[in-house]
Amino acid sequence: MSLTRRSLLGTALGGAAAMSLGIRSGFAQAAPIKIGILHSLSGTMAISETTLKDVMLMLIEQQNAKGGVLGRKLEPVVVDPASNWPLFAEKARELITQQKVSAVFGCWTSVSRKSVLPVFKELNNILFYPVQYEGEESERNVFYTGAAPNQQAIPAVDYLMSKDGGEAKRWVLAGTDYVYPRTTNKILEAYLLAKGVAKEDIMINYTPFGHSDWQTIVSDIKKFGSAGKKTAVVSTINGDANVPFYKELGNQGVKATDIPVVAFSVGEEELAGIDTKPLVGHLAAWNYFQSVKNPANDAFIKAWKAFKKSDKAVTNDPMEAHYIGFNMWVKAVEKAGTVDVDKVIDALPGIEAPNLTGGVSKMLANHHITKPVLIGEVRADGQFDVVWQTKDLVPGDAWTDHLEGSKDLESDWVGLKCGNYNTKLKKCG
Amino acid sequence: MRFCRLLAALAVLLCAMFLSPARAEGVDAALDRFLADSFAETEAAIGGVAQSGAPQAVAILQALGERRLFAHPASRGVFWRDAAGTAFDARTGLPAAMPGDAVVIRLNNRLRNVVQAALGTMTLLSPDPAVRLRAAESVFRSRDPAARAAIETAIAREPRGEIRRVLEEAHAAIMLADTGVPESVRIDAVRRLAETGDTEALGLLRQMLGPTAGPLRAAITQGIGAIEQRQQFRAAAQTVWFGVSLGSVLLLAAIGLAITFGVMGVINMAHGEMVMIGAYVTFLVQEALRQNAPQHLDWSLPIAIPLAFLVAGLVGVAIERGIIRFLYGRPLETLLATFGVSLVLQQAIRTWFGPTNREVSAPSYMSGAFEFLGLQITYGRLWIVVFTLVVFLGLLIVLKATPLGLQMRAVTQNRRMAAAMGIRTRFVDAMTFGLGSGIAGIAGVALSQIDNVSPNLGQSYIIDSFMVVVFGGVGNLWGTLVAAFTLGIANKVMEPFAGAVLGKILILVLLILFIQKRPRGLFALKGRAVEQ
Repeated sequence: MSLTRRSLLGTALGGAAAMSLGIRSGFAQAAPIKIGILHSLSGTMAISETTLKDVMLMLIEQQNAKGGVLGRKLEPVVVDPASNWPLFAEKARELITQQKVSAVFGCWTSVSRKSVLPVFKELNNILFYPVQYEGEESERNVFYTGAAPNQQAIPAVDYLMSKDGGEAKRWVLAGTDYVYPRTTNKILEAYLLAKGVAKEDIMINYTPFGHSDWQTIVSDIKKFGSAGKKTAVVSTINGDANVPFYKELGNQGVKATDIPVVAFSVGEEELAGIDTKPLVGHLAAWNYFQSVKNPANDAFIKAWKAFKKSDKAVTNDPMEAHYIGFNMWVKAVEKAGTVDVDKVIDALPGIEAPNLTGGVSKMLANHHITKPVLIGEVRADGQFDVVWQTKDLVPGDAWTDHLEGSKDLESDWVGLKCGNYNTKLKKCG
Repeated sequence: MRFCRLLAALAVLLCAMFLSPARAEGVDAALDRFLADSFAETEAAIGGVAQSGAPQAVAILQALGERRLFAHPASRGVFWRDAAGTAFDARTGLPAAMPGDAVVIRLNNRLRNVVQAALGTMTLLSPDPAVRLRAAESVFRSRDPAARAAIETAIAREPRGEIRRVLEEAHAAIMLADTGVPESVRIDAVRRLAETGDTEALGLLRQMLGPTAGPLRAAITQGIGAIEQRQQFRAAAQTVWFGVSLGSVLLLAAIGLAITFGVMGVINMAHGEMVMIGAYVTFLVQEALRQNAPQHLDWSLPIAIPLAFLVAGLVGVAIERGIIRFLYGRPLETLLATFGVSLVLQQAIRTWFGPTNREVSAPSYMSGAFEFLGLQITYGRLWIVVFTLVVFLGLLIVLKATPLGLQMRAVTQNRRMAAAMGIRTRFVDAMTFGLGSGIAGIAGVALSQIDNVSPNLGQSYIIDSFMVVVFGGVGNLWGTLVAAFTLGIANKVMEPFAGAVLGKILILVLLILFIQKRPRGLFALKGRAVEQ
């Protein structure tokens, strides 16, 4: 019952949004190119996904001001999958078959991506997925502009093992109980064991979505950290549960100088809801921070604040991923000279587009992109200070080298035309 | 102006030269290293400043630790701002105009430790007890042998017992870590540390266990054993405390529902949204204070409590008058209607305030923690427990000792008889629902301190609240109290070995079994009212 009501509400809202937008951009001369935006505007994930919808609207508006693509205006089609995973698939189908969009930008959680995959394969369309994820996937119809584990998790652990990171010897892997933390922690555990960390020096802990009473776990972490070895926490805690987690850390006096917490899902947007003073020094690993200084980023932040009509609006990593992905799509369409899905998919690998950290990202044959990895420390004002970053851009690796069964797999949609080529058995699949 | 400054700088320089010429040079050379914007150079600079003996050294390092130290490489200037925002030249220690493009000198966690250790040694004799305590704690952490002389002086002069204790611990830590001192002294240090019995001492002892041998090793092993044993007792007490604190949150969330659902029998799915409204009222009060009277920010919660009660209560009365009164006696329709109301309220808040979390900061009296009999108790949780009990008692008094309470009980026990006695049952219905909703709003004020203030806030508590009320026995306030604390403690006892996910599942399974056995909950109401 809850689903029907939500979806009704969602459809109504999405429909209204799409209609009003459709009317606004109806002035284009040639038929406009439609772009689908598939982000939750209600329900639990609205907290993260609403900004991604807005950033897409801004990017499309900017592109239209530059004359659109191939002389045609771009027309955004917004739908609301309402944080409801099966509804993501329904809405994706609606975008492709009824709205006839040329590409879709959307999804946040891995489970929503998994739910729309069959739709994109069946109806042959393009999805740009902007969020860091657990890897172990490479599909012909999906372009992953967020970080793969080797672009976020592994470098973060390397940093904590380094001298500047505090030479951590004991590890807490704390996560929310679903596919992304579980896979990431499996990869990290294998990686740590390979690095010579003893099994008893790794503590793994899972909590339900929206967990709010962190007293026991934080006190366990403190106890675990009192073994006389430098301890660090790797957090894949997602969404709303982070605020009470960090509040409890602050209250129980876990300081970053003693036990640093490096988070993979906490960005500027999430910190906006917390009093960050007790958290100064805790870390986050991303491919972009709002505090990065360069002209492209300054311009982007300025445009975003103007678009949101708020001086307090913050930018974050998945927004940058959409910025890169959208520009790559525009370039690929211009290169192919058409919005035909197959031709654009073939044109995308090799396309380069500037990112907002001063480099140029490239779409690889495995449909992942190159990105720099940055480690940031929380400041008292809710922004991050970059304390470490990779010298070069890191190419995204779809199949991790640290897990059995995955290290022999390779993805190459240009030469091999295969997303999971087994290099040992020399065959696809 | 410039001339004056130059003169002043010259005077300070002369003065410094007269006192200790080599040291004055030291601080300049050290400050130069801040300009490089590299962590290695900054580390060298911290050491240089700490050893320079310059009078402004403490101010420089404090500023560095709090992101108030700035570098201006173009003019080779280093400046700090004090808490009021006045800029000082680090080379002279005098007020100076800071160039606008000076950049903050960054730190990482490793360097933050270096700064704290250096500051610790330098501020052991500070007149401010809070600074002295912090200094003693940093020396305990750094165990810098160079601080030994300073700490011995500090112990001799320290008037406050609790600070002297930390100082002595720090002293023991230094002695233990120093391989140069006789073994008997180190063994004494181990005993001293084992006596404190806290987690940090345990960490230190475990760390020292590796490189030692002989009687010292035996003493350390014994010390670790003693601390661990003491901590086992504490762990049990700590679990109970965590359970009480979780129970108080459950009780707070459920207590309003105990009225609307328990006393009135309305299945109110919008109960969570009343909690959410209370949290947003707190946010608005804080925003208003922050903009108009930031110095009174600590008063935001006392102001928010009556406001949240009023706002949530009025919304509750509106819901009762507008919807629920047409649906009395039709539980399924009530459930659907209130569920719809809950969705509407959520989306309304999402539209007005945005889907993202809103920041509600903790007032000073609710941040931090203290030790009580070796238990670590956070002020925030303690206040919530106290607050919950106050609200509970207040509600009990309203129900048992006021005319409104009497009328409420009369109406819920026998509506027609109450009406015949001249009670305005419609009015009492609205007031009862308003009371329940208002108390949910008050709960929102407290929950804004420990959870997200977002449109989803209420959803995360609605299931728990129903669980507590049903378990405790519908219509019985004491039952709700006992149920909340039972569930809280059971949850916390199970969490360490079952994990948070499995723990929650186990609790639900046990609850279902219990309800099978006793469908009316822990304390079932008896009498004619039950039969309806």
